[in-house]
Amino acid sequence: MDMSSKRKIRVLVAKPGLDGHDRGAKVVARALRDAGMEVIYTGLHQTPEQVAEAALQEDVDVVGLSILSGAHMTLVPRIKELLNERQLGAVPLLVGGIIPEEDALALKQSGCADRVFTPGDPLESIVSYIRDRCI
Amino acid sequence: MQLVTELLGGNRRALARLITLVENGDPLKNEILQSLYPHTGKAYVIGITGAPGSGKSSLVDRLLQEMRGAGLTVGVVAVDPNSPFTGGAILGDRIRMQDHALDRGVFIRSMGTRGSLGGLSRATRETIQLLDAFGKDLILVETVGVGQSEVDIVKTADTTVVVLTPAGGDSVQTLKAGIMEIADIFVINKADLPGTERAAAEVSAMLDLKSCCDWRPPVVPAVSTRGEGIGALWQSVQEHREYLEKSGRLLEIRKERISRELTEQVEHLVKTMVWEKIKVRMTLGSLVEEIALRRRDPYSAARELLAQIEFPVP
Repeated sequence: MDMSSKRKIRVLVAKPGLDGHDRGAKVVARALRDAGMEVIYTGLHQTPEQVAEAALQEDVDVVGLSILSGAHMTLVPRIKELLNERQLGAVPLLVGGIIPEEDALALKQSGCADRVFTPGDPLESIVSYIRDRCI
Repeated sequence: MQLVTELLGGNRRALARLITLVENGDPLKNEILQSLYPHTGKAYVIGITGAPGSGKSSLVDRLLQEMRGAGLTVGVVAVDPNSPFTGGAILGDRIRMQDHALDRGVFIRSMGTRGSLGGLSRATRETIQLLDAFGKDLILVETVGVGQSEVDIVKTADTTVVVLTPAGGDSVQTLKAGIMEIADIFVINKADLPGTERAAAEVSAMLDLKSCCDWRPPVVPAVSTRGEGIGALWQSVQEHREYLEKSGRLLEIRKERISRELTEQVEHLVKTMVWEKIKVRMTLGSLVEEIALRRRDPYSAARELLAQIEFPVP
């Protein structure tokens, strides 16, 4: 297989905020890797500015946030705003974590998040969503 | 090209976009590199290589502090491996460098090897050129975690730093060819672990056997997580650069590099041209079948394939 000339889907997987639970983010990162994507993983405790700047420098096709702290209604809009400032408003923003249904709806309706995944969503649904968005 | 103009104007997003285009082998790649080439040649390139987990990313993070403290701007290219099975990758070098993510004087880009085996990716050198044209003073290249023989970095960097750890094996390891030969500077990282002095002594003993050059690679103990030894490492990098510049070696190295690049470009063009012809005229399938059945051999078959191509007269 010639892997040198093909375009690859690049995904930023980031954990903004203060919670230290990265198991979920790592499992998702691994699933995306196994689906042939390049995953840039930035580690724990990222500020919204760090996330947006990494998205810019790495020129990713998708940004995925893992948030288990409950601070999603603050973090997600702020990150969206910072992405917009960098002309990255068109980059799909996905959120995963413990997100109550009404919050998920609000995030989507306000245009902050393109899609929210919660516990129980199969990994394949994340993979196929990203694939569809990146065609 | 709009993006090229924007890059030269200092637009970080244009730089990031252009790296992607070059990395993906976009049809515009040659045009991009051609138009930026006159703006390159100013940056100094430092390679950091060593085994997986030896602390390369942490060293890069600490070096960034020193370099920024000296008022220099820095581009970082950090390479991690792609899966040979799925082509996917986890690019995790950034984790250790995130303290510099918001510093406008630093630009960090992670890359997968995408099938290359020499410790870098095919697009690493081209990415260095883009960062150079963007105006970075220094470019730090972190290779994948290497074993013994992934030495492409020495063809790419002006100064090569090889990172070792105290538990790296016995003195025979220091005698082997490959990675141990390419260092301009050795770092014994994790120097708070037992065995550091022995490891440093073994490297020094190996260096005593080599008497060809004016530059003797220093052996610098460091504890990158605590920032120890980083000042000494930065000092050594600057001394090596000074040595290369004063002795005229830097110019030689860069000419050798250009000569190699030119050869590679020609080879690449020939290869592309030949395969285009072969793809147009015939398929390899039936030949492969015959060779598999041992009715043919690949050596004469290859020569026959080439004989069928009409090469354009230059």
